[in-house]
Amino acid sequence: MHVTSPVREPLIQGGKTYADVTEDICRQVEGAPTKEWKIAFGISLIVLAYGSCCLAWTWWEGLGVWGLNKTVGWAWDITNFVWWVGIGHAGTLISAILLLFRQKWRTSINRAAEAMTIFAVICAASFILMHMGRPWMAYWALPLPNVFGSLWVNFNSPLVWDVFAISTYFSVSLVFWYIGLIPDLATIRDRATSKISRFMYGTFAMGWDGSAKTWSRYEYISLILAGLSTPLVLSVHTIVSMDFATSVIPGWHTTIFPPYFVAGAIFSGFAMVQNLMLITRVVYRLEDYITLEHIETMNKVITLTGSVVGVAYITEFFIAWYSGVEYEYYAFFNRMTGPYWWAYWAMMTCNVISPQLFWSRKLRRSITFTFFISVVVNIGMWFERFVIIVTSLHRDYIPSSWAMFSPTRYDIGDYIFSFGLFFTLFLLFSKYLPVVNMAEVKAVIRSTSANLPKNIAGVAKVRQQGTAEPAFNKDSE
Amino acid sequence: MAELTGKYLVGVYDDDDTVLHAVPRLRKAGVKIQEVYSPFPIHGMDDALGHPRTRIGIAAFMFGVTGCCVALTLMIWTMGIDWPMIVGGKDPISIPNYIPITFELTVLFTAFGMVITFFISNGLSPAAHNYQRFDVRSTDNKFVMAIDLGRNTMSAEDISRALKDSGAEEVNIRQF
Repeated sequence: MHVTSPVREPLIQGGKTYADVTEDICRQVEGAPTKEWKIAFGISLIVLAYGSCCLAWTWWEGLGVWGLNKTVGWAWDITNFVWWVGIGHAGTLISAILLLFRQKWRTSINRAAEAMTIFAVICAASFILMHMGRPWMAYWALPLPNVFGSLWVNFNSPLVWDVFAISTYFSVSLVFWYIGLIPDLATIRDRATSKISRFMYGTFAMGWDGSAKTWSRYEYISLILAGLSTPLVLSVHTIVSMDFATSVIPGWHTTIFPPYFVAGAIFSGFAMVQNLMLITRVVYRLEDYITLEHIETMNKVITLTGSVVGVAYITEFFIAWYSGVEYEYYAFFNRMTGPYWWAYWAMMTCNVISPQLFWSRKLRRSITFTFFISVVVNIGMWFERFVIIVTSLHRDYIPSSWAMFSPTRYDIGDYIFSFGLFFTLFLLFSKYLPVVNMAEVKAVIRSTSANLPKNIAGVAKVRQQGTAEPAFNKDSE
Repeated sequence: MAELTGKYLVGVYDDDDTVLHAVPRLRKAGVKIQEVYSPFPIHGMDDALGHPRTRIGIAAFMFGVTGCCVALTLMIWTMGIDWPMIVGGKDPISIPNYIPITFELTVLFTAFGMVITFFISNGLSPAAHNYQRFDVRSTDNKFVMAIDLGRNTMSAEDISRALKDSGAEEVNIRQF
């Protein structure tokens, strides 16, 4: 038996019943696309089309269309890759780690956050393919017995680890997401009026009937998948950071990278979840499901991870000086005061200072402010990767090979491509699939909204009246 | 899922606690319950129904061990035996470098193996359009208890009365 304190605000507001949850969430799936959705989808498609043209030209012409030079051989491509992979960490964090920690507030945001994860990883993978220059040779990264001289891939290389990490992360996240979707697809199937949608949702619901046996196995595998995904999500960004950390470039060769990258990933991922959820909750009228409590809790996570990132920046800087290695020290000093000083200070301001504003309760409960800071955080995190990659490379050991990097329209266009892809996929998801996990929300609704005094004042009133004890809520767990 | 045939009594409840408390009461009264269908998991329901604990965890562990072995075999054989390669002055077979991929493949095999086992053991497949549904509302807001009359010695009226007493708001008969 699980008892929730009446002092806590209910997770789901508006005194919803089970049927209300089904109605509220299925409404947008069953209805015709709204005008807002059509406009947003149209814009995304235009952006995607423009990006696709740039991408097609990049592949047709070769990587020479980017602003890369002999010194700066990695720039926006890897910056964008790391940025998108980082964003893709929040979904699994919310659904897996918060499941293990029994954080029930995750239930109304985990579906959309996981979808975001999957789409962000797709965007990240597109940059891997892009930076290969010849994407049709991408299978060379796989350990295939080849006819080119029976030489295998180098399993000592973090770039090969990355191939395994990203593909495992993508496929396991997809499976986790899909398993969670099955009960909800069954709900939509059972409500469907048209033959086509009954067939489509029925196919993907795979004959789910919600029997006690199925549910108990479902819960069991969800728990194991969460247990597997937790170290997996941490390993992915660890391995991404090793792409840099195992090299001997000053500024990259740092043991602090794995935890620092993971914290940064969660930081930017939560910011992106905030951006998407703040819009989704208004457009789909989900204010009762994604409440101020949810927004505030996510802001607290942003502040925590932002602080970890801040500590990492300062530690890194201190160690660069304390190590006594001249090149290491110069790499960091150059970041701060060299020609890319503006990128460094943009990163510092956006990532270290801005999340600290959330110490104010008023600010972290303000929707406009949250949205603004989330955008700022994502800009900051993009600059972090840019600073790490470009400023570490642009001043080589010999001053004659010092160079600057400036993006061409194809660098920018390929970045725009990823936005078009991301928002197109997210909009399709938000129209055709339930954005909130109905089954999980129904499971927490008892302990959160039925028979509960509205807030603390309500509890006090019940006590004063001397009637029964305030309604402690029990759910069977 | 095994094909169900015969005549069923279907008790419809509107609350998860009611149905959870009804199960032991009905079983005590001698009613054999086939299954309970609900829109979300009810904790303790499988124990109440007397379902054995799922063994899917054992399968998951086996898949994990397989993944781990596949990864290590692949890397040791390719890097150390088929084409020994010295990279960065390290031994051709350097296990520490193999840990990341071993971990990833262990997770990959466990997750996919376990999920496929889950689909098979529950009879879930994209072709399963004609599964039996006792009450279509069990994926929305109702909790549905199915009782196979063929397996029960009690009369339909007695069971029906017991269901009503235990809090069922409707009792229907379904024939498959």
